Amino acid sequence: MLILALDTSTAAVTAALHDGSAVLAERTALDARKHAELLAPSVDQVLAEAGAGVGDLTAVVVGVGPGPFTGLRVGLVTARVLGAALGVDVHGVCSLDVLAAAADAGETGVDFLVATDARRREVYWARYVRDGDAGPRRVDGPRVDLPREVPSAGLPVVGRGAALYPEQFGDAVGPLEPSAAALAGLAARWLRDGVEGPRAPGTGREPQVRTPDGKGPVPFGLLPPEPLYLRRPDAMTPGARKRVLGRA
Amino acid sequence: MSDAPLVLGIETSCDETGVGLVRGRTLLVDAVASSVDEHARFGGVVPEVASRAHLEAMVPTVERACVEAGVRLSDVDAVAVTSGPGLAGALVVGVASAKALALALGVPLYGINHLAAHVAVDVLEHGPLPEPTMALLVSGGHSSLLLVPDVTDDVRPLGRTIDDAAGEAFDKVARLLGLPFPGGPHIDRAAGEGDGAAIAFPRGLTAAHDLRRHRYDFSFSGLKTAVARWVEHREAGGEPVPVADVAASFQEAVVDVLTRKAVLACREQGVDHLLIGGGVAANSRLRVLAEERCAAAGITVRVPRPRLCTDNGAMVAALGAEMVLRGRAPSALDLPADSSMPVTLVRA
Repeated sequence: MLILALDTSTAAVTAALHDGSAVLAERTALDARKHAELLAPSVDQVLAEAGAGVGDLTAVVVGVGPGPFTGLRVGLVTARVLGAALGVDVHGVCSLDVLAAAADAGETGVDFLVATDARRREVYWARYVRDGDAGPRRVDGPRVDLPREVPSAGLPVVGRGAALYPEQFGDAVGPLEPSAAALAGLAARWLRDGVEGPRAPGTGREPQVRTPDGKGPVPFGLLPPEPLYLRRPDAMTPGARKRVLGRA
Repeated sequence: MSDAPLVLGIETSCDETGVGLVRGRTLLVDAVASSVDEHARFGGVVPEVASRAHLEAMVPTVERACVEAGVRLSDVDAVAVTSGPGLAGALVVGVASAKALALALGVPLYGINHLAAHVAVDVLEHGPLPEPTMALLVSGGHSSLLLVPDVTDDVRPLGRTIDDAAGEAFDKVARLLGLPFPGGPHIDRAAGEGDGAAIAFPRGLTAAHDLRRHRYDFSFSGLKTAVARWVEHREAGGEPVPVADVAASFQEAVVDVLTRKAVLACREQGVDHLLIGGGVAANSRLRVLAEERCAAAGITVRVPRPRLCTDNGAMVAALGAEMVLRGRAPSALDLPADSSMPVTLVRA
């Protein structure tokens, strides 16, 4: 098994290789405006570092956000095109789940939130509960809201969203951005354990969150490689035409 | 020509997801997925809508191109992609896709200039470009006069629009006349029933003092406003608006300036060949007037068929193939998407 993991849902551009039991190589750069420039060279580098070729890959997993749109698409389209060209499976993982999985249980306790920067003074967030050895499980979200609208109620908050709005969330705990190493580890476990998503809505096992972009609930587990935008595009239908003569 | 390089070209600078396959100078396939219908109700291209559509269309369009061309992806010798200029979020999808393909296939990557690709596409239709060629590129995003000694390496901007692009003016006037988006084909059709000499609309940047400062530049914003004023005066007077005559007279003003300045540039730069590209090159009156004026001036005109004039992946593949054929160095894997890429930079 050789998994390539990618996430571009935040300012971090991150790529890692995982052989099913351990991370073989990882590259992470922080630059919110250079996703398209940095990702492919990082993929090239982790392959070289692990002494592997693209032909050795058995799966590609990609963080599907939620995340600011332009950067998010870089990871998704890279994963989809690699999958199509190499003939391997492509899976998505909610990027907030990656942050949750990487957060230390001692810091977060049983019940905690993950919040990332959604720009426009909003955060993407989800709530998690620790579930014995299985690691944190998402019980609400992902959603996008103003920080004061997030029901955080003194819970520990993981991620850049917490660091940006300390007056709302207190001190951030755990990692600020998702890492491809954590993504690869989570995906390797889910692939091994057969935690396949998406499950049909209404099976009662998953959080049923209707996302604002109409994509429906986001199951906890492996997802199709579809972006979680959580917002509609900004676009206005034109009103009456403006008159150059200034009369109505 | 079977050992000529097989180049896959990707174009996502605006609202068309284009994937083309070219072998040497032979067009194999030109697959396009357009999101134009999603933009029509907004009266123009919405960048985020276009970018989302590119992501969804990319893999299916690549696969369709291969099927229609009867090639396998593993046969591809090089990948070319528009790295600019264009809508930033839209370009990024194409650039990331091209890099992933180049990585997966282990082939060179060429990040190329959209405007140069509009010029290079004509090698697929009319063979190698005469050197130098004068290029008039007119679309919804661009209106440029380029002197092209070598389309793979040396493209010199002579003039450009200082405000609206020609195609943008077509869209805005169409809206004024109650015609659908995109406006070009609808204006062209309406104009066919009208008189281009009915209304004397202004010819931007053609007065003597403008020609000193903006010899080869264009301006269509004043024309658009003049049309709006004319229409509003009629409406204010309670008179019906003669849509066909307005469309024809507006169109005549645009193509008059475009062809006049293109011929002027050819004469003054000693160039005998004019190539017209971009979406507006599909305009029937532009084609007729360019032929007429160039014939009188002893200039040959090349215009690719309309399908190759609008944005497409074949033009990117065509320029990529020229790069390969001429032994130009490929781009690096950290190639950026550059929304304001200067035309002097043919390859990023």
